[in-house]
Amino acid sequence: MSERLEIKNLHVAVEDQEILKGVDLAIGRGEVHALMGPNGSGKSTLGYAIMGHPSYEVTEGSIELIDADGTRHDILAMEPDLRARAGVFLAFQRPMAIPGVRLADFLRHSVTNIRNPDRKEGQELMPMRDFRGELKSKMKDLSIDTEFARRYVNDGFSGGEMKRAEILQLAMLRPQFAILDETDSGLDADAVRLASESIARIGGAEMGILIITHHEQLLEHNIPLQTHVMLGGRIVESGGPELAAELHKQGYDRIRKAYPEAAAAEEAMEAERRLETTTS
Amino acid sequence: MSTDTDASSTLALGEINKYDFRTNTPSVFKARRGLDRDIVSQISEMKQEPTWMRDFRLKSLDIFNSKPMPKWGGNIGIDFQDIFYYLKPAEQQGKTWEEVPEEIKKTFDRLGIPEAERKFLSGVKAQFESEVVYGSLAEDLAKKGVIFTDTDTAVREHPDLLKEYFGSIIPPTDNKFAALNSAVWSGGSFIYVPKGVSIEFPLQAYFRINAESMGQFERTLIIVDEGAHVHYVEGCTAPMYSTESLHSAVVEIVVKKHGRCRYTTIQNWANNIYNLVTKRALAYEGAMMEWIDGNLGSHLTMKYPAVYMMEPGARGEILSIAFATAGQHQDAGAKLVHAAPNTSGRIVSKSISKNGGRSSYRGLVRVEPGAKKSRSSVVCDALILDDISRSDTYPYIEIEEQDVSIGHEASVSKIGEEQLFYLMSRGLTEAEASTMIVGGFIEPLVKELPMEYAVEMNRLIELQMEGSVG
Repeated sequence: MSERLEIKNLHVAVEDQEILKGVDLAIGRGEVHALMGPNGSGKSTLGYAIMGHPSYEVTEGSIELIDADGTRHDILAMEPDLRARAGVFLAFQRPMAIPGVRLADFLRHSVTNIRNPDRKEGQELMPMRDFRGELKSKMKDLSIDTEFARRYVNDGFSGGEMKRAEILQLAMLRPQFAILDETDSGLDADAVRLASESIARIGGAEMGILIITHHEQLLEHNIPLQTHVMLGGRIVESGGPELAAELHKQGYDRIRKAYPEAAAAEEAMEAERRLETTTS
Repeated sequence: MSTDTDASSTLALGEINKYDFRTNTPSVFKARRGLDRDIVSQISEMKQEPTWMRDFRLKSLDIFNSKPMPKWGGNIGIDFQDIFYYLKPAEQQGKTWEEVPEEIKKTFDRLGIPEAERKFLSGVKAQFESEVVYGSLAEDLAKKGVIFTDTDTAVREHPDLLKEYFGSIIPPTDNKFAALNSAVWSGGSFIYVPKGVSIEFPLQAYFRINAESMGQFERTLIIVDEGAHVHYVEGCTAPMYSTESLHSAVVEIVVKKHGRCRYTTIQNWANNIYNLVTKRALAYEGAMMEWIDGNLGSHLTMKYPAVYMMEPGARGEILSIAFATAGQHQDAGAKLVHAAPNTSGRIVSKSISKNGGRSSYRGLVRVEPGAKKSRSSVVCDALILDDISRSDTYPYIEIEEQDVSIGHEASVSKIGEEQLFYLMSRGLTEAEASTMIVGGFIEPLVKELPMEYAVEMNRLIELQMEGSVG
């Protein structure tokens, strides 16, 4: 079981454009970290890079899981499924629809693989009865109607339903490290509060959590040990929960002024994106 | 394909071998290779047919010879003189499995037919090469006047009923392969469901080709009388040989006033089989005809089940799944003809191509003049699993009436990197993720199948998916 997720000098490019320009971040199990920053600063890119999205190329740096005895696991060498089996989870900002595949069937397969990391294709899945019992109780905890499990994965889900499905997966898979990418976006205030409570209940001392958010509400029940601010592909400042409150209330003007180099990088990336949208 | 020797891949290999096995079965009679008037006469003689049938065969042979090969669809590279057109595997048809020659019985045991018969079928026909070697029908159905026999027996025992419809729905002039079947047909099912009789469990026929360079030409005729109801299921398999074999069936169906007929095909042919089949049903007032067509395997399949809606209120539905992998071309589709007012039709086609396989949807919706207030919808979705595979859509619509509603939707998609990544981020391997996406893609059709067949279909798709990733 790994104790730390450690990211060092991480550079990530998408279609040859460098998005992350040297990110350092370490998350211990049981810790909550918040990652904030303006749109396009590279927050989601960090999530994808940790999970191993094939379009996100790591050009420099490392991402490792470190066990209590000091053993290091280079997760960059792993396919996404092996990263998941090693205990890493990403709650997607926009999860993909898989038409025709029932949420329960997908989750049963997923839970089986993650709990038996050595399982080979075609071997038995978790017994249906055990799985159903557990799923039912988790859905009850999260106030999700059991009918939900029979629907096709994210197919025709509302924004709120998608986010709840992601939290349900988090609850069932119980990863060691979870990255929650804007799990609050598209939710109303009550729903965010419910999500915040749920995440706190699921997390606890067993899980290291990186919460990517623009707001402080999701952090209400998940007080971050550290709040990190990303700008222009770097983490420029880290602080406590009060930093999250400040950014939520006052935005990023102070940050941009304090870190002109990162602000310039952000503007350059923004300009390139605009160019792409106008030419394509 | 994985080189692991763990339990799962060993099991999977065994599953593939479930269909790809040959048996040493001495034939009672085997016509010489090739096709001519002598062979056709010989088949008719072996069957001791009446003159009208022999004449029908010989006339059909002339039609076959006069028709050019179809210029559309797939590339048909068959040498018609290199095929065995008639092989009689047993002296007579068994009424119990004990009466079936041991090796042939073993074949059907391995295919799970007797077991399925015990569990959930109302009746079974098992055809081996050219002849039906086993037949059964639940006693209560026989008492109600249901006829379920092979077509050869029907020629002898139900000549009037047979003659009324035989070759009238699909005449030999319809196409080259209908003519070929009409000339050399053997075996197939003959079903009559009397007025108002509803058959709860399916009737099933299983067609097995065992010999090399074999032609199988079953001929099926189903008559569903007024208010009657039947579900007929056919399964087809063959072992793999290096030379081509030919399966060319003709299936004719009549569904009378307010009758219902569902015809389900689950075929998993070996890669050396040309599967060129003509299937057509006539649906009368308020009748319902459904084709559920699962096309897996074969070198080339050309098959377009049709429903002609002859009277007001008739309905036709065709649900089709095609899966083409390396060395396979599935040219499959459907045909709906609205020949009367207030008729409604639906076509749903799902095709999957991988490892260089090619699948095509070819379909026709035709509305005859005067078929007012007819409604039809066509949805065809194709899923392509890699860059070397291919999918085409050939939808034809002919409308000769104003007051109609016809819809057509088509989509082609590739398995998205984003979908794969999402599932893999939850611990599924790439192969598991692809299989899950494909399973979801065909789910809307598979859920229409009775449970036993849905399980079989999903298993076959999983087998096809094996080794699909690197």
